[in-house]
Amino acid sequence: MKHLLSTRDLSTEEILSVLAMADHMAEINSRAVPKVPALRGRTVASVFFEDSTRTRLSFETAATRLSAEVMTFTASSSSVNKGESLRDTIETLSAMGVDAFVVRHKSSGAPLQITQWTDAAVINAGDGWHQHPTQALLDAYTITRNFNELNSMHGRTIAIVGDIKHSRVARSDIDVFTRLGAKVVLVAPAAFLPTSLEGWGVTTADSLDDVIDVVDVVYMLRIQRERMDSAQMPSLREYSSLFALTPERAARMQSHALLLHPGPINRGVEMIVDPSVVPGSRILQQVTNGISIRMAVLFSLLGGDATTTLSNGVEA
Amino acid sequence: MSTNNQSIVIRGATVVNPDSMFVADVRIANGVIEAIGESLAGDVVLEASGCFISSGFVDLHTHLREPGKEEAETIESGSRAAVLGGFTAVVAMPNTDPAQDNVKTVQFVRERGLAVGLCEVIPSGCITVGRLGTKLVPYDQLAQEGVTLFTDDGTGVQDALVMQRALMVAKRLNLTLAQHCEVASMTVGAVMHDGACCSTMGVPGWPSAAEEEMVRRDIQLVRITGAREHFMHLSTQGSVELVRAAKAEGLPITAEVTPHHISLTDELLTGFDPIFKVNPPLRTMADISALHEGLADGTIDAIATDHAPHAGHTKEQTLDTAPPGMLGLETALGVVNTAVTLSPQKIAALMSWNPAVIANISDHQGRPVAVGEPAHIAVWDTTTVWSVSRDELASRSTNTPYHGMELRGRVRHTIYNGQLVVQEGKALA
Repeated sequence: MKHLLSTRDLSTEEILSVLAMADHMAEINSRAVPKVPALRGRTVASVFFEDSTRTRLSFETAATRLSAEVMTFTASSSSVNKGESLRDTIETLSAMGVDAFVVRHKSSGAPLQITQWTDAAVINAGDGWHQHPTQALLDAYTITRNFNELNSMHGRTIAIVGDIKHSRVARSDIDVFTRLGAKVVLVAPAAFLPTSLEGWGVTTADSLDDVIDVVDVVYMLRIQRERMDSAQMPSLREYSSLFALTPERAARMQSHALLLHPGPINRGVEMIVDPSVVPGSRILQQVTNGISIRMAVLFSLLGGDATTTLSNGVEA
Repeated sequence: MSTNNQSIVIRGATVVNPDSMFVADVRIANGVIEAIGESLAGDVVLEASGCFISSGFVDLHTHLREPGKEEAETIESGSRAAVLGGFTAVVAMPNTDPAQDNVKTVQFVRERGLAVGLCEVIPSGCITVGRLGTKLVPYDQLAQEGVTLFTDDGTGVQDALVMQRALMVAKRLNLTLAQHCEVASMTVGAVMHDGACCSTMGVPGWPSAAEEEMVRRDIQLVRITGAREHFMHLSTQGSVELVRAAKAEGLPITAEVTPHHISLTDELLTGFDPIFKVNPPLRTMADISALHEGLADGTIDAIATDHAPHAGHTKEQTLDTAPPGMLGLETALGVVNTAVTLSPQKIAALMSWNPAVIANISDHQGRPVAVGEPAHIAVWDTTTVWSVSRDELASRSTNTPYHGMELRGRVRHTIYNGQLVVQEGKALA
């Protein structure tokens, strides 16, 4: 594995090995001093052409706990505002000595394009509506560890609710969840579904009421308010009446069912219930697990020879 | 380059005319076809057995980028690319800067083409001022300058009433309007065909319906006004069906397809390479099949390149921000001949005879190979296999989607106005 651009780049075995490695990272994170020298001397550049404080901090925390040097580049305070091209930005940063780029970009495919212009590893931290692979890995980690079935989601049904069409989280999750054996049902209005679901291996439902009491996981996506203004839905009220998680719907969830959300939550839009009162909510656990997953990904890409890195403090 | 007083003999090629095909020597002198026969002698003799000789190709859809974007192409570099592709006439698209919506710009393009002198450069005019879709251009003035084909190419005329009024003027002045069929409200931010690939890739889709809705509307406007209309670069199965029905009804409609829309699909975009981004977008195998059927049954009248050069750095942007368009002139014959099985006469009809009629230049271009006819000639074959290299093109830009691909069929010699401008696939000037 040279880059992590899409969940589709990973074999199912590779997905499971990242999840297993995240268990070791979680153990490190539980220590009084959660830091190991595994990536000492390596430089990780977080290059965010689109703002995302939480994802950037998660990656930077993961890199720091593995003792990598962190270089931060944000578009709002950079040469991009002076019209520098993507290629020139990447080539310039590469020339400073970077081992891995963590890239967030508003354009689908940008991380893949970047691989042409650098020898460093490229990790996709979210590109357009396309992919957000570490989110899918941390989601799969959260679900499998909660159900205590470490290598499979067989027999589980997961509802992904909201704006599938414009969601990189949904595209990544659907790929990983289905390959680990889960049944995925997409709950969304037609305008929020992609034109074609050919090859996705999913089913669809027209309202959350149809599925809320039979699924094992309710995965709520963030709804962007601006989508409501561009005539994609008649109104926010109509959306909420069919697709929001209300206290009534939350009460109908099975007792073992989990509630997940990639954040940030849009309270009063897709999430009308207060998630902190939903017993199955694992939303904050997702954030915690995100650090472990990103440590596992960074270590997989930059860790090099396993025997030397083991002595650097990661107990495999 | 040979001079006018030098005679050129093309030896042993098969003459491709609408009513006949036969092997003969063809002698060109003083700008015309002087003799056709056996064992002709001349100052320059080009062996061409196994090749076809026809009227030079006519491209209804060339972006020469001058004036305004000379870093991507100039009238000179574009003319050279044209003759290397066997074209002796190109219709220059009006989305220049300034746009070809006024007499001065049209004169500039025509005169620059004449000064370069490699092929005939025919400026088109805009349908609306600045291609903004609101105010009609001065049709009388532009018609007096010899402009007969008008288009807002790059965008379609969105307002049905504006288009209807333009058609009324075109009918009075015996002009042809050429529509880029795209309902803009359905393609805001669109990147590629709205189908399975685009859904997986998470990019905004370019629905077939956006093209078909304007085709449908304009067929109705032609029905109302009785004016001629030409549909540019049709790309969908639905468009072909609409045009087929409109032609059966007897409406004065013509249509073109590009080499890339009959050869490439949207699956090429899965690597997010902007080289494959084009407007209208590459579509599916079902669409390609429908376009092939349209070529076979005459629903599609012409192959036009939509040659659209873009400077290298602009195609290094992300897929959503890079401009749409791909090169086409130098690869057109090879792509068409590789993608579709067509007779030599059908190739000549689609690439020379029919487009010459649509461009209103059939009095001197797209003529039969016959004694006394103007010597605008292409000599080509359908068998040579060659590999496209973006580094060996005459265009100033390199955005060909065929880089590294093998094509079958190549232009050997091009003669414009009696002058040998391409010999054995090499430009002489």
